[in-house]
Amino acid sequence: MKKLLFLCLFGLAASVTYAGGYRVSLQGQRSLAMGHTGVAVVNNAELAFFNPAGLVYLENKINMAVGASAVFSEVAWQNDQFGETYRTDSPVGTPFYAYFSYKMNDWLSLGLAAYTPYGSTVEWPTDWSGSHLVNNIDLKAIYIQALASVKITDNLSVGGGPIYVTGGVNFNRNLNRTLTDLEGNRSNVTVDATGVSAFGWSASAMYKPTDRLTVGLNYRSEIMMDAEGGDADFQNIPNSPLTPFEDTAFDATLPLPAELSVGFSYQLLDKWLLAVDYNRTYWSVYESLDIDFANPNIPDSQNARNYKDAATYRFGMQYLANEMFTLRVGYYFDESPVQSGYFAPETPRNDAQGFTGGLSVNVNDRLSIDASFLYNRYKEVDESYDYYSEDGQRVPFEGTYKTSAFIPGLGLTYKI
Amino acid sequence: MKKYYRYIAVLLAAGVLSCEPEFDTPVDELGTYSNGEADFSSYVALGNSLTAGYADGALYITGQENSYPNIMAQQFALTQETNDFTIPYVSDNTGGLLFGGTVIAENRFVLAVGANGEPGPARYTGSQPTTEVLNTLDGPFRNMGVPGAKSYHLVAQGYGNAEGVPAGMANPYFARFATSASTTVVEDAMMLNPTFFSLWIGNNDVLGYATSGGTGEDQTNNTVPSTYGPNDITDPNVFHSVYSGIVETLTSTATGGVLVNIPDVTSVPYFTTVPINAIPLDATTAEALNNQFAAYNTQILPGLVQMGVITADEAAFRQLNFTEGQNYVTLVDEDLTDIAETIQAAPFNLDAQTASLLGQLRQGTDSDLIPLTSAGFLGTTVGDNPNMVNGVSVPLGDEHVLTITEQELIKEATTAYNQAISDIADANGLALLDANSLLTDIAQNGYNFDAGTVTSTFASGGAFSLDGIHLTPRGYAIVANELIKEINITYSASVPGVNIGNYPTITLNNEVN
Repeated sequence: MKKLLFLCLFGLAASVTYAGGYRVSLQGQRSLAMGHTGVAVVNNAELAFFNPAGLVYLENKINMAVGASAVFSEVAWQNDQFGETYRTDSPVGTPFYAYFSYKMNDWLSLGLAAYTPYGSTVEWPTDWSGSHLVNNIDLKAIYIQALASVKITDNLSVGGGPIYVTGGVNFNRNLNRTLTDLEGNRSNVTVDATGVSAFGWSASAMYKPTDRLTVGLNYRSEIMMDAEGGDADFQNIPNSPLTPFEDTAFDATLPLPAELSVGFSYQLLDKWLLAVDYNRTYWSVYESLDIDFANPNIPDSQNARNYKDAATYRFGMQYLANEMFTLRVGYYFDESPVQSGYFAPETPRNDAQGFTGGLSVNVNDRLSIDASFLYNRYKEVDESYDYYSEDGQRVPFEGTYKTSAFIPGLGLTYKI
Repeated sequence: MKKYYRYIAVLLAAGVLSCEPEFDTPVDELGTYSNGEADFSSYVALGNSLTAGYADGALYITGQENSYPNIMAQQFALTQETNDFTIPYVSDNTGGLLFGGTVIAENRFVLAVGANGEPGPARYTGSQPTTEVLNTLDGPFRNMGVPGAKSYHLVAQGYGNAEGVPAGMANPYFARFATSASTTVVEDAMMLNPTFFSLWIGNNDVLGYATSGGTGEDQTNNTVPSTYGPNDITDPNVFHSVYSGIVETLTSTATGGVLVNIPDVTSVPYFTTVPINAIPLDATTAEALNNQFAAYNTQILPGLVQMGVITADEAAFRQLNFTEGQNYVTLVDEDLTDIAETIQAAPFNLDAQTASLLGQLRQGTDSDLIPLTSAGFLGTTVGDNPNMVNGVSVPLGDEHVLTITEQELIKEATTAYNQAISDIADANGLALLDANSLLTDIAQNGYNFDAGTVTSTFASGGAFSLDGIHLTPRGYAIVANELIKEINITYSASVPGVNIGNYPTITLNNEVN
């Protein structure tokens, strides 16, 4: 147990792409198995993420939930005009979560949470056709949050707390489509920033109009990750005064957008629970990825993104099979924030359908093992990124993309 | 509990398996593109430097990788199973050749920024050549492009005999990978049992004459190539017979192929970059020169016309006039009547030195072309004497100007070669790329691609490398795409072209001493 917790918290870096943009919706195995619903489900300590207001409704004094997922994801790109094909060779991503709540008294619970709602790891083959846009990217963000959950009346509670985010980014791309040194090695730049931190908050409410019906609302604030003084490392630059690229510092800002969730759950008979969530992620804040190099001779890099706010519709169902087993299934439709013409291969996401399932095994009164799996289905899509320029002329990067993702996850729920 | 772990293991395994995204029509699987009636399984490319991927005045690895045959071979492989396209790679990206340790071919050109802040081509000096001709490779190779080869060289025995290299009897590039001392380029190609071939040969049959400023001979009607010098124009009948012989041999195994005709060598930046009116003069100098030549213009030339030594047209052609600003160069034109002896006699009675200067002197016209390599020579002085300025007071020699008369010879030969190539293509049902029209069109209109227009402008245009004659990788990619178009038409194939925007142009480097 201790060892597993240690692994989850420290051994596994959080880094994946699989939801719209670089949102990684894998914040609890029980919720994920139900289509990642949970804003109105009182189940276990996963509430710390989905709706902290509900923590106070947990029956036990101490509630813990930890878990991690293994993201097997691959993106393929091809261009049939030129007969080109490339596939990502991304490492297995392992986002994690760890939640803890403690019931102070009948109306107040306090909690701690650590989770990884944003991240992205994409590795294209070096010097592939889109290498002027990205060779590889590794974006990490770990949210650490202190929580309070307060029962106002027997059927209404509120919750929330401040969020501390620590993260980093490592991004490599070629400077353009053709520049090389004398040996033909492509000129490229790696921007690297670590230990970037920022603060945010979340606030939520839960209301139980009847014994069977629960409704919930959760809002998590936007957090701007300002990378200041990161390292920009230029490689394979021709030895020429015409290419004045040299290692320098850079500033860049990456938004981790706000997210609003509303939903309800309904207890059907004694053994069934239905849950429906609606998420809205305020991606429109991500207008452009601008890399500002400290060296004035190096032109700054502006990369239009122009994301739009995007919604996710989630449906889940839980069945208490017996004392030992609880079974769950779910489905969601995840709208991509990427608009046509802005389809950059660093986050090549189109709309996704998620099919989820899972189960909990109650090992004893205190400990359960929670397992889930998620299969993401993406349509093949013909898309382009139209905002890369050479000599003042826009050069679209076009092709057909196809993504697959399969994500098994394992977690533990512990309550005293 | 154990059985649940087993389920989890199954789920994990399924995850790994289900992770391969598949396209509806995957372009990396056979069946998406068609080879039509062509069989690309054993493709061999024959030719000269253009086929080898020579660029920037040298053969180097990245140039070979971006040769048009290699680009085409990779695209052919999308349509059917093919043999790997083997290339006789040189040892470095420096360019240049060693023969027994001695440098016999220079390093490549790079674009360097000079002391004056202006970028221009310069030989890379960051390292020495490492490609030793005597370190022979195990041939044959599928890219049989041999820099320097003329049409008849492809069937010349001993052309790859290393022992003949120092005397100029053999080609060092072919000596590197010839399968034997006596073999020919075509014999080596036939060892690969080609099913498909490309042939782009004949450029050097006029190019040597052109780049030397027409110092060689026009060998039209001389049918013995062994008597030709390196800068001569090959007899069109020799060309026709050699060329049809090569095609006959290749088609004994190959069921298809593509021929490429000869571009107008005078349309390349090597001849179009240096302006003929390259001489700036101030008013005083121009007037002094006009005074100096006044008697020549107004008395000697009309006198020679009266004597019937030259025609009135030639007299007009030989007038020398200078103005403030840019002036046409002065040059020695071997096709003019040599008047040196006449004007030493009465009534002109000029001294021998002046007479010799005026012997075949004229000023350049807009029809004359100055080779790129003469750019640095114009305006220099002889022995630091300010009155001995090359191109003004000292006329340019034959090697510094390709005159209109010389251009006509080249054009006639090129036209004859291209007629032969076209006839042979028709007779054998082969595809034909009209590279002559293609490069003329690029010179006049440019070639559009996704990031603009490739032009023939020296250094910045994108089509031509820094030697002004050979193409850049982008230029070779254009050739590959145009060849593929012709192949697709002739053989009802659907080989995809490449994105020429992904191919580089010239290389920047300031390690030029």
